[in-house]
Amino acid sequence: MSLEQPRPELDVGETPDGEVDYDELAELLGEYVLDRESHVNAEGFVIRPDDVVAVLDILKRDAGFDNLSCVTAQEYYDRYESIYHLKKYDDPTQELSVVVPTLRDEPVSQSAASVFDTANWHEREAYDLVGIEYEDHPDLRRILLPDTWQGHPLSLDYNQDQPQIVALREHADPMEHRSEVPDEQDTMFINIGPHHPATHGVLHLRTVLDGEQVIDVDPDLGYLHRCEEQMCQQSTYRHQIMPYPDRWDYISAGILNEWAYARAAESLADIDVPEYAQIIRTMSAEMCRIASHLLAVGTFALDIYGDFTAIFMYAITDREKVENLLEDLTGQRLMFNYLRLRGVAWDLPEPREEYFEKVREFCTYVPERLEEYHNLLSANELFQMRVIDTGILPPEVAKAYGCTGPVARGSGIDYDIRRDDPYGYYDELEWDVITDDGCDNFSRAFVRLEEIRQSARIIEQCVDLLEEWPEDEREIQSNVPRTLKPDADSEVYRTVEAAKGELGIYIRADGTDKPARFKIRSPAFCNLQSLEVMAEGEYVPDMVAALGSLDIVLGEVDR
Amino acid sequence: MSKETQLHDTLEQAQSTQDARMGPGVDDRFNSKLRQAFGASPFILTKFDAFMNWVRGNSMFILLFGIACCSIEMMHTYAAKHDLDRFGAGVPRASPRQADVIIVPGTIVSKFGPRMQRVYDQMPEPKFVVSMGSCTISGGPFQEGYNVVKGVEEIIPVDIHVPGCPPRPEALVYGVLKLQEQIQAGESAPVTVKPYELEQFGDLERDELVQELASEIDEDDLVMRYNWAESP
Ligand code: SF4
Repeated sequence: MSLEQPRPELDVGETPDGEVDYDELAELLGEYVLDRESHVNAEGFVIRPDDVVAVLDILKRDAGFDNLSCVTAQEYYDRYESIYHLKKYDDPTQELSVVVPTLRDEPVSQSAASVFDTANWHEREAYDLVGIEYEDHPDLRRILLPDTWQGHPLSLDYNQDQPQIVALREHADPMEHRSEVPDEQDTMFINIGPHHPATHGVLHLRTVLDGEQVIDVDPDLGYLHRCEEQMCQQSTYRHQIMPYPDRWDYISAGILNEWAYARAAESLADIDVPEYAQIIRTMSAEMCRIASHLLAVGTFALDIYGDFTAIFMYAITDREKVENLLEDLTGQRLMFNYLRLRGVAWDLPEPREEYFEKVREFCTYVPERLEEYHNLLSANELFQMRVIDTGILPPEVAKAYGCTGPVARGSGIDYDIRRDDPYGYYDELEWDVITDDGCDNFSRAFVRLEEIRQSARIIEQCVDLLEEWPEDEREIQSNVPRTLKPDADSEVYRTVEAAKGELGIYIRADGTDKPARFKIRSPAFCNLQSLEVMAEGEYVPDMVAALGSLDIVLGEVDR
Repeated sequence: MSKETQLHDTLEQAQSTQDARMGPGVDDRFNSKLRQAFGASPFILTKFDAFMNWVRGNSMFILLFGIACCSIEMMHTYAAKHDLDRFGAGVPRASPRQADVIIVPGTIVSKFGPRMQRVYDQMPEPKFVVSMGSCTISGGPFQEGYNVVKGVEEIIPVDIHVPGCPPRPEALVYGVLKLQEQIQAGESAPVTVKPYELEQFGDLERDELVQELASEIDEDDLVMRYNWAESP
């Protein structure tokens, strides 16, 4: 198909009722497809390592797979494998995995960075942790671990007890690092972070400035790389993994993250969740979203106005209110560990009426409060002057970088997993997906503010449902075997809409009670990649604003 | 009612002490409970060290330092509801050169360890460290991670440990109060670095000493050894 042809209504390989026709896709790819695997979420096409660009290009151009959601790398006893999880922004239920095996003694595979910009960092991570090398990659170096690290920690023969011995001269002084700036220009290299209040954690930005303007920014990650994937791989499905998701996106988004794991593991092991538990999940997850967005808004205001001003304090005060509700429900303020595979840990707190009343009160309080936030932020001229038309992220670029969540919706991309690939109880409830096509810092902040309103709406409806639920049908957990051992070699990749965007989990089971590979697709990691586009050419304070509007959380970026 | 009288009494009393002290015609704006307590002779006799410790404990400038999940609870501790400032310890300073307490709120990994040490080194003496959360005690939930430092004490000395994952704001407040007590009691004297390794060169002049030491270093062999797997 040539590029000039108008695109048909349906993509190649799409059936009229919105399913993927894998046979037609295989036909489209012809002899590129060596073999077909079936994963729980989609089919996987096995291809040769030197056909990656060609295959992904066809799939992107002709079959409409415009979202490279994740790249998973793993090592088997006989081979390395990279899996490209493809989706469509129009319909994320249409998925396809492209599986690229490479030899064990020569793990070289073609890089997909020329087709999808987002592949850049994903492949760097795969190289860093697993050790696959990507040919023609624009910038293949370690991303999470220090440059001097020896070995690839998620490869099979890695010995963790081996001390890392680094000659001092290799461990360069951070201030001397990387100042390869063209000589003729009058530029300055400056490190922002890793200890800096504006970086929202331990992010390090290597920036090259021309006067006050940013000409180059290179985020340096890994200052909070806590081996989350390793931790999950050595924990059991039933109970041990669940506390970790709370600590990925730790801005009170715990239940949203737990749900990501629950969703992946439940569809891997084919576990049903009672409807009643789904409603509780939906309600508590939205509370988490409110808490998370409040902090995002508060710290964004902090970045813009530059001091611990009213908005930050208001946001924290309101967060205390949500956290009290969550604490009543789960017993913890931040690390809830409330979901279980098969349901939730326990029922609503007694007396129920009192709890419902508190939640209701909060839900009516939120819209009033939002007026205040809008007065202080979006209707404030000082704020507008700082954020309107800065940090522009056009929708095509956002898609190329795999941006999701409020970042994508602030660029006018109508994409929300809760609606497009429904889980929990979302499809039964009345709420709207908020988008704004300003594509700037303002839009992203605005989208978050309005999402708080929608979340309150969802919570209110959940409370109505829960209140009327007959007493003898309040089933919070379904039955599952004591030790959960999903079938060997079953693979699943599932995503949910977390606070920052699409949070995906890939699990491969090997027949034991622990996953053989556990990969986290972090929304903040993908969103952060677009900082370069948003910041270059802008002034330094606008870069800080852009970073704040991305609302990254380093626990999730570095994992 | 009784309170008012009390206040009134106090004022009156104060007035009288003041009059006794200064006589008529002097500006009467300076008046306080403290004055009253001092009576006619506004002097305190104390040991300088005790005074300094008291001052130090009551005006702690904490470094604005966020690492991981615990820093969210730390922010809540600073902010409206818990308001650490009530205890004379809540002004976060963004620059380490203006801070004398560092709360370490989160997991330290190999890449961040040296940076944290650098920040710590930049703080002026005397300085105090509060480690917040299990991660800073032992590595916490991530203890077995290949990249995780098993507690801040591997890198910098710690005065107060606040356990929890994350500790509640109340717990952090308690920890900070304990630190204040400790400082006020003078238990943490300013750190004096005793270069005991250098004693063998005791008879050398300073410059010669540096020369001498520098010649002992073989630059090619200098290594940093990250061996956190073996640490307790
Ligand atoms: S102690 Fe717990 S809450 Fe604190 S940083 Fe560690 S994992 Fe996070």
